[in-house]
Amino acid sequence: MSQLPVESEKTARIRLTLNGEETDVSFAPYKTLLEVLREDLGHTGTKHGCELGECGACAVLVDGKPVLSCLLLVLECEGKSVVTVEGLVEDGKLHPLQEAFADIGAAQCGYCTPGILVTAKALLDQIPHPSRDQIREAISGNLCRCTGYLQIFEAVEAAMVKISEQAKPDGKLPVAATASSLP
Amino acid sequence: MPNEKDMSKESVKGDKPGGDGLRVIGVSRRRVDARAKVTGQTRFADDIFLPRMAYCKLLRSPHPHARIRKIDTSRALAHRGVYLVLTGKDLPIEYGILPVSQDEQALCTDHVRHVGDPVTAVIAREELTAFEALDLIDVEYEILPTISDPEEALANPEPRIHDYGDEGNIHKRVSLEFGDVERGFAEADEIFEDTFFYQGNTHLPIEQHASVAIKDPDGKLTIWSSTQTPHYLHRALAKVLEMPAAHIRVIATPNGGGFGGKSDPFNHEIVVSKAALVLDRPVKICLTREEVFYCHRGRHPVLMKFKTGVKKDGTITGVHLKTLIDGGAYGSYGVASTFYTGALQTTTYHIPRYKFQGCRTFTNKPPCGPKRGHGTPQPRFGQEVQLDKIAEQLRIDPAELRLRIVESSNTVTANFLRLGTVGLAECIRRVVRSSEWNDKFRKLPQGRGVGLACSAYLTGAGLPIYWNKMPHSGVQLKLDRGGGVTVFCGATEIGQGSDDVLAAVVAEVLGVQTFDIRVFTGDTDLGPVDLGSYSSRVTLMAGNAAIQAAQRAKAMLAQAVAARLEVPIDRLQFADNRVFDEASAEKGVTFQEAVCLAEACFGTVGTVGSYTPPKSPAHYKGGGVGPSPTYSYTAAVVEVEVNASTGWITVPKVWIAHDIGRALNPALVRGQVEGSVYMGLGEALMEEQEFRRLPKKLSHALVHKFPSMLEYKSPTSLDMPEIFTELVEEPDPQGPFGAKEVGQGPLLPIMPAVANAVYDAVGVRIDEVPITPEKIMKALAEKNAGRAPRYGPSGFPDVDWPEALRVPPPWEGGDGNAVNDVARPSKLRTEKVKVLRP
Repeated sequence: MSQLPVESEKTARIRLTLNGEETDVSFAPYKTLLEVLREDLGHTGTKHGCELGECGACAVLVDGKPVLSCLLLVLECEGKSVVTVEGLVEDGKLHPLQEAFADIGAAQCGYCTPGILVTAKALLDQIPHPSRDQIREAISGNLCRCTGYLQIFEAVEAAMVKISEQAKPDGKLPVAATASSLP
Repeated sequence: MPNEKDMSKESVKGDKPGGDGLRVIGVSRRRVDARAKVTGQTRFADDIFLPRMAYCKLLRSPHPHARIRKIDTSRALAHRGVYLVLTGKDLPIEYGILPVSQDEQALCTDHVRHVGDPVTAVIAREELTAFEALDLIDVEYEILPTISDPEEALANPEPRIHDYGDEGNIHKRVSLEFGDVERGFAEADEIFEDTFFYQGNTHLPIEQHASVAIKDPDGKLTIWSSTQTPHYLHRALAKVLEMPAAHIRVIATPNGGGFGGKSDPFNHEIVVSKAALVLDRPVKICLTREEVFYCHRGRHPVLMKFKTGVKKDGTITGVHLKTLIDGGAYGSYGVASTFYTGALQTTTYHIPRYKFQGCRTFTNKPPCGPKRGHGTPQPRFGQEVQLDKIAEQLRIDPAELRLRIVESSNTVTANFLRLGTVGLAECIRRVVRSSEWNDKFRKLPQGRGVGLACSAYLTGAGLPIYWNKMPHSGVQLKLDRGGGVTVFCGATEIGQGSDDVLAAVVAEVLGVQTFDIRVFTGDTDLGPVDLGSYSSRVTLMAGNAAIQAAQRAKAMLAQAVAARLEVPIDRLQFADNRVFDEASAEKGVTFQEAVCLAEACFGTVGTVGSYTPPKSPAHYKGGGVGPSPTYSYTAAVVEVEVNASTGWITVPKVWIAHDIGRALNPALVRGQVEGSVYMGLGEALMEEQEFRRLPKKLSHALVHKFPSMLEYKSPTSLDMPEIFTELVEEPDPQGPFGAKEVGQGPLLPIMPAVANAVYDAVGVRIDEVPITPEKIMKALAEKNAGRAPRYGPSGFPDVDWPEALRVPPPWEGGDGNAVNDVARPSKLRTEKVKVLRP
């Protein structure tokens, strides 16, 4: 067994897109995406709770789909686009999901939060107006031990409303709403 | 600040706790650490990567009970990349959370007591290398017979798991009697006797325990660790490493969930500290999920027998409770846990005479300890299910029965617990109304039912873990010329929002925003001691300490501003980052200017605050467990649907009302209530820490049945019911702005409410937790066969109880002392107390 390579023997190398940025990384070939993100790329926002694909804490988006990074070898990520919690902030602004999670109390200890945030983002990217049951289903692979999930559901719903408001043409509020609210 | 005390808080207006005009308190706000959490920037222990950092792995015992004959580490040491191998000889000193059970070693020297007990540690350049090297360590064991449960422990005093404890494999036996309980039974119209079993379960925090230790450049030790109790870890490290505590710095990183599971000083924390000192380089350990199951310290499995006497109108005349507790392999908090299985029964309903006998045994399983509710969910389950049976027998509605016997505010109970505000009756009325109880109870169609249960919980343990007269929490406050306020406190953020509590109360007192405040917590070097995040103590104790420090700072600012503005000090208001004359608001200064004026007057503006709980009237031996400055109360109604052909249970809705005194940040309070309901449903329906014997040909060892998150069932987002939460807010004078606890209490009524609802739905009593479909099917089979429609334990084994300490309750003239304690003659103690009070 002493024949196994050690981590410092970074004999493998790939190029992937990490949070929108083309990134080259060298690593020991047996490593998972989770390990390379945290240990070789300094992205510690992605967490781990079991490293066996049971808890969902390590979820990241690979080509837009939520995957458990603890079960994915980085060697399989050549050319792929990976989005982690660090990639949710755009132009220095929190993503509406992050805003809603912070405001509604959907993050208590915050350990499962990064995985749930990216999973919820994938849901809203795919289904802009999910039902409560679709939200439940989408995050059913992410264990949260603190909240009891309800504030998480509400935060996803609040973000959904905010995103659809932002998506209106030219980003302005509907004319009727602004005009009628003037004194 | 020599004249700090003179500038008393009474001289400043507008800061009366619980008063009107609160600006920060009572408003749902984004918690101060929320942005860090939603951006993934909260730095948990395993997120720390340091230059030259080495990795540690522990070799753990594969045997539940064995003597270590020989350890050969030479092959591991020769392995490429291995820096160090430690064995028990390197860390022989015993430690433990309680002074009375210093029974753990960081690495076992000669005796392993459960599968997972650590034997050696490998520290290597890479984590994988350390892991590989574990296979190269040769340990020779002499297998000992396994004690697998309390009955076996009672029957087999040998081989002893520990060479201390009350007798054989009995760790602790206690016997307390408050009033003549037999007389109470003689006065009863009916006597109810029931046995219950509450299975053990574990915390399952999503964050695995992790620690990083370094030898500081100046030669001292620093450790970052996912601990709820940095102060107690600090003490344990000083003891085992034989170093002055002053040369050790413990930094509790924010915990990725605690729930009690990170409250003990742990072997891995001591091991990496030692390794860092030896190697003079950073050493990290992060436990695997399987190892987290072996750390455990979770819910004790408890067998209970309740004997309760009642009058026809429901009045309780006496209660006798016996508990038999499976402690696992070490003491941990176990002595306290033992007392907790009996301590809080008197806090909800008036019990005039009460007898409690508890027995904790050692077994060869991972040690049990404090999990959310610590020792009290088990007897609360028994008490509340038995009350449901009593109500049915007496033909009284269960809610009505409870309202008749609910304990009143500001009383001292039979076992000398001094209660504060008791909002339980209002909680019951609220859930009865919101759940439409009167239209549902015994009226829903077959297969659907509702159940009601109540509870109470401590708002902070009244006594510290180790005997001392110092404050339980301290806060230092620094105000800077830029108008910034910095709070330093030992309190530990485990997700509950303790940093937010500190910022909120300081912001409220000083009239600034929480964003103006920086909070440094959980660091034994930076902040004064707070005893830790356990027993729901932080909001009340650290909160009160912070209020005191803030009021002292406010007094300094007020004095300086009053002089400058030539306004009487009692007319000054602190609000909206200004200090101004309440008679003419435009006359004032900014908060920043106020700090500068104060600094010019008094020098650097820094204050301290501290909190010590009130003295308890319980003077008897064992009376140290249970006292609290005040207690929270909860009532819950759970609705269930039970499929009679499969036994499958679903919970569509829960109604819960919690007496919190005052909600400091209602969004976070709601989160604690809902999180408690969630965890309670997990315990009620599925969670269990179970063990099994390996096949005979494979050693027959007792092993954990499923140390994995997949097979240890916990509720997911798909299992969560709708929850209707109501808060009862009657500010308690003991709490900061009137606040009581919320982190643990709301879990307690859920399990019995589920059991009571199952009975309402299908007419079977499941006197055991968890309530699984299999147990329901067995009970339904009993019912269909015309036998008692019940699933649960059949009896309570004989225990050789010690003579009960007899403590007459307050209404029988008792003074809180036992009348027959030879070790503590009551007269002497009473006199001693008198001498202490001038």
